[in-house]
Amino acid sequence: MRQRRAEAWERFAVADLPTEAEEVWRYSGIDTFDLDRFSPRQPVAAGGLSTAISQARLLAGRVGERCALVVTVNGQVAEIEIGTGVPAGSLDVEQASVKQDPDHRLGELATPRDAFGHLHDAFMTESVLLGIRSKARLDAPVVLVHLVGGSSDAEGLRVAAFPHTVIDLGESAGASVVEVLGSLEPSLDGDGGPALVVPVTELLVGDGGELSYANVQVLGSGCVQVGTQASRVGSAASLRSFSVGLGAGYARLRTDSDLVGEGGSTLLLAGYLGTGQQVHDFRTLQDHRAPRTRSELLFKGALSDASRSVYSGLIRIRNQAHGADAFQTNNNLVLSEGARAYSVPNLDIQENDVRCSHASTVGPVDEDQLYYLESRGIRPDAAERLVVAGFFAELAQRSPVPGVGLWMEQEVASVLGLPAPARSLPAPTRAGADGNGEGNG
Amino acid sequence: MTYTRAMHALELSGLRAGVAGREVLEGIDLLVRSGEVHAVMGPNGSGKSTLANVVMGKPGYTVLGGSATLDGRDLLDMATWQRARAGLFLAPQYPVEVPGVPLGRALDSASDDENALSRLAPGEIEKEAANVGLDASMIGRSLNVDLSGGERKRSETFQLAVLQPRIALLDELDSGLDVDGLKAVARRISAAVGEWGLGVVAITHYQRLLKVLEPDMVHVLVKGRVVASGGPELAREIERSGYAAFTDG
Repeated sequence: MRQRRAEAWERFAVADLPTEAEEVWRYSGIDTFDLDRFSPRQPVAAGGLSTAISQARLLAGRVGERCALVVTVNGQVAEIEIGTGVPAGSLDVEQASVKQDPDHRLGELATPRDAFGHLHDAFMTESVLLGIRSKARLDAPVVLVHLVGGSSDAEGLRVAAFPHTVIDLGESAGASVVEVLGSLEPSLDGDGGPALVVPVTELLVGDGGELSYANVQVLGSGCVQVGTQASRVGSAASLRSFSVGLGAGYARLRTDSDLVGEGGSTLLLAGYLGTGQQVHDFRTLQDHRAPRTRSELLFKGALSDASRSVYSGLIRIRNQAHGADAFQTNNNLVLSEGARAYSVPNLDIQENDVRCSHASTVGPVDEDQLYYLESRGIRPDAAERLVVAGFFAELAQRSPVPGVGLWMEQEVASVLGLPAPARSLPAPTRAGADGNGEGNG
Repeated sequence: MTYTRAMHALELSGLRAGVAGREVLEGIDLLVRSGEVHAVMGPNGSGKSTLANVVMGKPGYTVLGGSATLDGRDLLDMATWQRARAGLFLAPQYPVEVPGVPLGRALDSASDDENALSRLAPGEIEKEAANVGLDASMIGRSLNVDLSGGERKRSETFQLAVLQPRIALLDELDSGLDVDGLKAVARRISAAVGEWGLGVVAITHYQRLLKVLEPDMVHVLVKGRVVASGGPELAREIERSGYAAFTDG
């Protein structure tokens, strides 16, 4: 990484910013992005830091119980707290800088693919390394809260932050990790307003390991996120991942999942809600490199007002990955005339003897469902709210971390004026259960 | 449980309706009062489901003429939910799945007190579920999702029992049900006729539902018109000889 960092700035300097003419940036609105408005720094003073940590605790509390808490502010580690219930030696939390990365673990999975990747490598200052020892079992989630923001500097430039997280789950270990990405409260330092955040998370799931992972993006509406989540899943290992996109003005998340060991599986879930002028932009890759690997992707979102979403996903089955199963589903509810959803699923299959499917839907709330509910005496507006709440409830039920499913439901309900989430639904699957999850996939 | 008994009536008069530019109902007259069971029988494509959906106000159907009233109030002027609140209930032939919306929550939203379920005495909900052989856990589960055809019909009957409508339109309630299920739902509806004077329009192909849910009147619908009306013996005749006698000429 040190070497890469040295080169990254030069690469970034010569790289052009992406344009919408490139397929992976199509529909994104990147052409209107002005990078020169931002500057990398950590403007929070020591006094502000303790307030930031309190804010982080409140956010972390929404996940429910936890076994450890890590807080970063504009990419710098501010707090590491490990609960007493964590068995000694099972969880290792390090703050690694690029200067101290003897194993070259940083950036191994998330190799830069565009100017933002180079930018991340050039300006990333500290990384959080979570190591979970082989065969260790953590009962409650580890929660990381990344807060970004701050007022503009003397030249009027906004904060740019580059959080970096590596989760390294040992062989046959089981753990659950939640990352929360939010804006510093306005009161902390200036207006807490617009920020550019380029987070990278790398998930390494050792052979036979079971990782439940979730990230919740609740950035302020003036923020721009260009995020990457890259995972590598070993043999007979499983990753269950859930991304919740609620905040930011423009939020891009690239999810790359490599299945490198025989019998490995991933469940990739995402839920997003667009309001105002928001853009949610998801790019996914399910890369099957080994036999009998399984991946299931389900991304669901609702778009209201003049918001937009982009989903572009690829399933790649390489020619040694026989017996692979791969599914990709993207469902979009378009709730108002001004909202738009683009959905582009793709397959690249280089092997016979595989099962592969993709499906996507874009449309308003189903008319037959509304009629059925209305025939029971339910008012049309209430019927629509029930269906939309149900759309998210179904996803929340499958959340690998139950608290995150509930959090998403509560946020969606409060933003759209939906009924509070029903808790009479069946309990979500236990963390660490099999990679296929359950429910009505 | 106590019930309020009052006389209610669904009255269709010369009702004509079409779908996709084609006239399907060519003038239907029907009067269904509290405590009466009317069977509407007919071959495929005779307009039976259209009749149910037009009365309930399903989008996509156009009323071309005639009237439909409940207790003298013009149904055709009301939205679907208003018809339901006026006391109309439709058990559709194919109840749709509504993912993520629990049955109990839907019932609670069916009236403005947001508490349809709690109107029932403690234990009553479970009893109503048991009456039709519906697993009580279904109340907390998504409407119709992953339910068999038979379970959906049991659920419809359960919902009817909870909502206590004045007039129920049952569109092939018997389809998808096994023998025991058919008996259970038919018994529950028969009981409702006695308990709160439910008026029933039972749309069906076959006589098997009517063996338990005995009709006062049987109407034969062919090509959008009622071609014959009579007592229960008419259903038996159809069971024996089919619709040929009604469709010829």
